[in-house]
Amino acid sequence: MSAAGALVLLHLLGAGLLAAWPARAALLNLLLCGAALVPAAMILAAPGGEGWLRADALNAPFVMLSAIIGFGAALFSLEDVRGEGFDARRLRSYHAAFQGFLAANHAALLSDNLGILWVAIEAGTLASVVMVGVHRTPAAIEAAWKFFVLCGFGIALALFGIIVLALAGAPHLPEGGARLSAAALRAAAARMDPALLDLGFVFLLVGFGTKAGLVPLHSWLPDAHAEGPTPIAAVLSGLLLNAAMLAILRGQAIVAANEAALSPGGFLIAMGLASLLLAGVTLWRRRDAKRLLGWSSIEHMGIAAIAFGLGGPAGNAAGLLHLWGHALLKSAAFFAIGRAARLKGDQRMDAIGGLARSHPPLGWGLVLAMAGLAGLPPLGLFVSEWWLAGAAAQAAPWVLAPLLPGLLVAGLALLHAMQRLCLGPPTPDAAPGPARPSTLLPLWTNLALALVIALALPAPLAALLREGAGLLP
Amino acid sequence: MTGLGELGYDVAHLLGGAMLLVSFVLLAQRRLEAVTGALALQGVLLALAAAWQGHVQGAGQLLLTAGIALAAKGVGIPLVLRRMAAALPPAQRADAPGPLAPVMLGAVALVALAFLLAVPATRGAPVLARVDIAIALAILLLGALMMVTRRGALAQVAGLLTMENGLILAAVGVAGMPLVVEISTAGLVLVVAVIAGVFARQLGERFGAQDTALLDRHRGERR
Amino acid sequence: MMALLGALLTQLLHAALLLAAAPLLLGLTRAAKARLTGRRGPPLLQPWRDTLRLLRKRPLLAEPSSGVTRAAPYLALSATLLAGLLVPGFAQGMILAPFADLLLIAGLLGLARAALVLAGHDAGTAFGGLGAGRETAFAAFAEPALLVSVLVLALLAGSANLDAIAALFREGGQGLRVSLLFVALALCAVALAENARVPVDNPATHLELTMVHEAMLLEASARHLALWEAQAALKLVVWLALLAAVFLPFGMAPAGAGPLSWLIGAALWGVKLAALGLALAVFESAIAKMRVFRVPEFLGAALLLALLAAALLFVSTGLA
Repeated sequence: MSAAGALVLLHLLGAGLLAAWPARAALLNLLLCGAALVPAAMILAAPGGEGWLRADALNAPFVMLSAIIGFGAALFSLEDVRGEGFDARRLRSYHAAFQGFLAANHAALLSDNLGILWVAIEAGTLASVVMVGVHRTPAAIEAAWKFFVLCGFGIALALFGIIVLALAGAPHLPEGGARLSAAALRAAAARMDPALLDLGFVFLLVGFGTKAGLVPLHSWLPDAHAEGPTPIAAVLSGLLLNAAMLAILRGQAIVAANEAALSPGGFLIAMGLASLLLAGVTLWRRRDAKRLLGWSSIEHMGIAAIAFGLGGPAGNAAGLLHLWGHALLKSAAFFAIGRAARLKGDQRMDAIGGLARSHPPLGWGLVLAMAGLAGLPPLGLFVSEWWLAGAAAQAAPWVLAPLLPGLLVAGLALLHAMQRLCLGPPTPDAAPGPARPSTLLPLWTNLALALVIALALPAPLAALLREGAGLLP
Repeated sequence: MTGLGELGYDVAHLLGGAMLLVSFVLLAQRRLEAVTGALALQGVLLALAAAWQGHVQGAGQLLLTAGIALAAKGVGIPLVLRRMAAALPPAQRADAPGPLAPVMLGAVALVALAFLLAVPATRGAPVLARVDIAIALAILLLGALMMVTRRGALAQVAGLLTMENGLILAAVGVAGMPLVVEISTAGLVLVVAVIAGVFARQLGERFGAQDTALLDRHRGERR
Repeated sequence: MMALLGALLTQLLHAALLLAAAPLLLGLTRAAKARLTGRRGPPLLQPWRDTLRLLRKRPLLAEPSSGVTRAAPYLALSATLLAGLLVPGFAQGMILAPFADLLLIAGLLGLARAALVLAGHDAGTAFGGLGAGRETAFAAFAEPALLVSVLVLALLAGSANLDAIAALFREGGQGLRVSLLFVALALCAVALAENARVPVDNPATHLELTMVHEAMLLEASARHLALWEAQAALKLVVWLALLAAVFLPFGMAPAGAGPLSWLIGAALWGVKLAALGLALAVFESAIAKMRVFRVPEFLGAALLLALLAAALLFVSTGLA
């Protein structure tokens, strides 16, 4: 069995195991996520493979990233879930859904078959609905309901797009699974009917764009991030958004392979700019810390979409690096905010303040994560945004006109929020406690990784990045 | 290939058109029981359309799809939804879609949009697939419209189900579409409905109402 | 020459049959409705007797009424009769067949309605104006539905001529069309509204809150009333004949086919009309009258069906 299959199977079995045998579920969850690091590393070391699950230079780093963030979230969850006070039934559904979500997400990242990809994303949606709504408070139920309805809507549109692509490919591909294989479709795209490809891509973009949190169908994202438990917010931002973005990129690659079809870049740039600008303005008016980070995810997905829309080796590399850096920093910020909200007993920004003074390791970690998210050097996003600006200046200088102010406004909003949260006089703790390694370890690991990919990207990874960017149009 | 005026085409067109009509009925229905009835009818029509496509294309697996559609969408899900609707207090069994005329005008506009999009775009495709794609797109958009215009949780689930019906209609129309998708779709839709049911029940217990508008008050923060 | 003679003869026979069938059909539906609701009901010939009785009386005109009240019934009846002459009945290729454009028929029926509405307003009473207002409001929905249906039929048959449409459909040249199904439903709804039947209006009551058609006739008396009632009866036959010609075109005799096939055609036509009349009676007994404010929804649904039919037709012709 390939490493990819093993990875998905591991999480699937884990989901079944945790559903059936909930004793010591949090620890078991952590062990499963730790075990998953092995096949993920194997995939990263030697991407390849045939069949439905197929790792390549594009998705292998994302699989590793997902495994790392998943492990971090499970570690964080170990302590955090105690503070939730869940009963046994909810603990069981929470942990089983966590494993199920990871399985679906890895399958979505690795799948070459668009049908399987869609099934995986839908399964991931169902699992995350369970996790988002686990608090059972009215606000959590509303968030889960909105998530469910909007994403159900989105993936329905996406499936229509996939069906249209299959229709476009039917005359050129042999009967059977090949008709939905992204690689086969891409190879045959040049001969397909461009009108069908256009129709399919538009639905794919809107559909998976909903899952990726792109404006205009973004409104589930802040609520889902704010109302679910913190580890869920971390995996939603760090894993799910990337998987949805990769799904869009697969569609883009197919359509771009046909000369006569519309050029998908313009759509991505338009949606990306809309997301960036709307989020940049909205970020200033946030009062809830986790919602703030949710809106920041919309912003960063927008930035990545712009980068992929610009395309070319430079734009694609910037987009990929941005997705990596965002996943690491955003999950780090969620770990820190989650811990802080637990300490203060409240996740409103008014209630959290002066973390750097009262809880230095936690507070300074949050300072770094948010500064990184704001695009300050030296963490990953600075580099990718720099590359993006360079790519834009070369390919489409007009994009710079809205892009740079957008980056500035959003970055300043995050810095402003960071100042309120971390610097200044501390607010009183509701439940004082030491900074536990279960929070600090994933937090600082992610920060260190973000630093590494920015300053000293190891040569094999850099090669993968270049190769992955080359796989995209 | 079957063409205009031939039986294979005409029956496909007839069944698709009937499904589209049921979508309109769904949009206009006030009572939840009538909504579930219309859903069941659409499910049965979908099953017939799938079976017919299976017959015309000579694809046996589509008959299986038809069977699943008949069992799940024609019978199972509507029954469950009806039971859930019946459990509601009488005042909430009717879900007013608001003023009907704008909704209907919007629906007609969406259908026109769907046809104007799909008919030219599918020029190169086989005729049978083109009919199904165009009508499926219209059904999909009408389902979306229903989800937008309804506040009740059950009615929104019904809108989602209509969208799925449209999807399956599109999938069966494409000759040689691998079967995997249909079976998993059918299975997943069931799960979707079950989860939605759990939700609806929770909402019902917590608020004594299914109206998702009530939830707006509990929004953590105004956007 | 023979063909022309045949066409002329069938036309005359058609006119006679039309005039004879109108009160009979009305009597039939009334009797059937009575039976279905458990009453004995009036005899079949009652509408004839009513008309004769009314014709013997002297009309009483409302004081403020003008010449409109006196002229309108004649105008309405002749327009309806002309429309009836254009609708093919038992035979095809009657002498007026080249003029049997569906739009012309719709226009003639619209003219009759305009006369009725004017007459309703003319007496200056509240109910007349109320009924006329409602009639106009309903027409605003019914007429577009009718026109779009006509468009669909014309697209299907390649001609708006009812005779040609009937000829084509008789041979099954249109195939099995979902558009045709929708148009049939839409036309049935429009026919119900145009003839003031349940659920749009109730021809059997004079309840102030709901009446539409009868409200406009409250001031009519004697031969004017007789004319109006004859017009209503004739309109019902015209509509049913129209539905029969489009959707049940089997068994129509070509004009030149000779008396025997005319006879068979006439018998079949009678059976079709009677069946439609009975179906109407069953439908009316089974269904409740709608609130006036919901009628636009009902007719809006008809319009929607017609539009859908047109859109689906567009899809299929766009594909051809």
